[in-house]
Amino acid sequence: MRHTLSVLVENKPGVLSRVAGLFSGRGFNIESLTVAETLDPMVSHMTIVTRGNDQILEQITKQLNKLINVIKVVDFMDGDHVDREIALIKVNVKDDNRSELLSIIDIFRGKVVDVSSQSYIIEITGDEDKIAAIIDLVKPMGIKDVVRTGKVAMMRGGKSK
Amino acid sequence: MALRLKGAQILLETLVREGTEVIFGYPGGAVIDIYHELPNYDLKHVLVRHEQGAVHAADGYARASGKVGVCLVTSGPGATNTVTGIATAYMDSIPLVIFTGQVPSMLIGNDAFQEADIVGITRPCTKHNFLLNDLEELAQSVKEAFYIAGTGRPGPVLIDLPKDLMNGSCEYRYPRVVQLRGYNPTIKGHQGQIKRAAAEILKAERPVLYGGGGVISSNASNELVSLARMMTIPVTTTLMGLGSFPESDELSLGMLGMHGTYRANMAVTNCDLLIAVGARFDDRVTGKIDEFAPLAKIVHIDIDPTSISKNVQVDIPIVGDVKITLQQMIEIIEEEKGKKDWSEERREWIQQIEEWKQTYPLAYVQKKDVIKPQFVVERISELTKGEAIIATEVGQNQMWTAQYFKFIKPRTFLTSGGLGTMGYGLPAAIGAQIAFPDRVVIDVAGDGSIQMNIQELATAVQYNLPIKIAVLNNGFLGMVRQWQELFYQKRYSCTMFESAPDFVKLAEAYGAVGLRATKPEEVVPVIETALATPRPVIMDFVVEPEEGVYPMVPAGAPINKMLLV
Repeated sequence: MRHTLSVLVENKPGVLSRVAGLFSGRGFNIESLTVAETLDPMVSHMTIVTRGNDQILEQITKQLNKLINVIKVVDFMDGDHVDREIALIKVNVKDDNRSELLSIIDIFRGKVVDVSSQSYIIEITGDEDKIAAIIDLVKPMGIKDVVRTGKVAMMRGGKSK
Repeated sequence: MALRLKGAQILLETLVREGTEVIFGYPGGAVIDIYHELPNYDLKHVLVRHEQGAVHAADGYARASGKVGVCLVTSGPGATNTVTGIATAYMDSIPLVIFTGQVPSMLIGNDAFQEADIVGITRPCTKHNFLLNDLEELAQSVKEAFYIAGTGRPGPVLIDLPKDLMNGSCEYRYPRVVQLRGYNPTIKGHQGQIKRAAAEILKAERPVLYGGGGVISSNASNELVSLARMMTIPVTTTLMGLGSFPESDELSLGMLGMHGTYRANMAVTNCDLLIAVGARFDDRVTGKIDEFAPLAKIVHIDIDPTSISKNVQVDIPIVGDVKITLQQMIEIIEEEKGKKDWSEERREWIQQIEEWKQTYPLAYVQKKDVIKPQFVVERISELTKGEAIIATEVGQNQMWTAQYFKFIKPRTFLTSGGLGTMGYGLPAAIGAQIAFPDRVVIDVAGDGSIQMNIQELATAVQYNLPIKIAVLNNGFLGMVRQWQELFYQKRYSCTMFESAPDFVKLAEAYGAVGLRATKPEEVVPVIETALATPRPVIMDFVVEPEEGVYPMVPAGAPINKMLLV
């Protein structure tokens, strides 16, 4: 099963390597990982998407907590959090598909952030399904490149982290 | 006004204030500033002959004394040579602080002379490590390193010290407190869980206590003994737990697992309650995991939450310090155990265990003309009355010692349990002898593993440490040979040494004393002579070449399916 982990870490050199090393060293899998500073510059926030049964997830969570630089680990369950990622998609454009492409972008509330004679770069934000859907739709036009940020996630409601 | 000191001085001053008495180390270019200041401080330095020896010696010192072991080595090869020692300590949860020199900050990343990314290299085998970036943080970092190494589940911590910082200077303030946002080990066990565990103990008909290295690192032997005696619960220990429960006690089952006693493995397989105390269900203990303690409810006390339900699903997990948790548990049981005669309650169970003991005791056949290695270990055990500190190497020598030496006190058995590091024993014995100059310290070795760190004999001679090395010399890498005999059609591929040193002459070449026994009747006189010699001694026991360690559970088999030859 897939899990999204929210991990608060001390913003110190080598922390990312410790976390990544823990996953590789114990044979756990990382599907995506994002990391950036929080409001407190001493603390960074990681969102890690991983896969495994309950026992594996329990181990991952405990092992992360065991790292000295890890302050807090939360395993988001389905439904109690919001997650988003950004994708940049470079699509071939020709005269006969330009208007169709623009209307798809509009429907998905995406943006064209770079234009050349042969291609657009589309910026799209959303959950995984939304990004998968737009990729599916524009694929027939010819995708040159896709870059995704990986998920960021936040707890719903009044609680933080 | 605060004092202005050089980096090297700050390091040494802080070590002294942290209570460090001994540093095991080896100098080099990147730490020359520290070595230059060293004579000005009240710190004993033990100059080893190889950096691996420094770490094992600090490890032996830590295991024997319960204090944090400290090492100091130079950058590059000095640092990389420590890796096996660090990994050994990490696997066995031994508190160490290792200082490695590093090339000057300006040169880091330039492939400079004697540069190695030791923080990167040791990240997976340290409890924590870091490169010092700012001299102002040195004192705080050192204090944190000792705190992290010695608290919670202990382990090695490494600090990498760039040379320019050791030579630089700043104001010195000894830090009073340590505050780490991400580190706060749970010490006291959850009272509700402990009550549940206590209730199970009062209900159980066939309980077994299974004690590991955590009993020793938390100094909880007395508590373990109290609980066992109070409720008449038989106790088995892991390799790492040997000494935590006196083997002279009637309730002692000896060691369990791959080379455990028949009665210990049978008791665990048939018990209805298994209380794991500071042990981690290692594969060498459990054998086939699905058939481990199949009839038992399992209580697991451990300070490290990751140890719980890692290998075996437990019924009642308790995260906490073993000593404190056992005290809490004893208190509850004391109140609730009533007036029952618990030794009477357990009569059948104890009787059953006694039957197993009588059916298959640990045994070997001593012939007239050849020395059996088990015989040597038994004689050492008798002649030292179990009081000696025993280090071992790894392999058959280690298992025979675990089986035939009667350990009665904690912190008297130093062995590389988790990593299984050949070459551990001699430097570990040196560390223990430094901690306890007046006690008998013996390294039980094989002719293979003793050669892995034999250079440390020079260290023992330099400091006149009267350690005794008992080489069980069978001319083979015996444990691998035994596996080849049993599971690989006796194809002894590369396990026989076709050349070996004369260990008596080798001892003499180092300035130590060499003794040899080739016949059974020479064993006791050789041990007695060695014990009476106040210098380092190698005893070369020429033993039966193809003796095996039994009982043995083949890897992957359930622990009640033992080869008992």
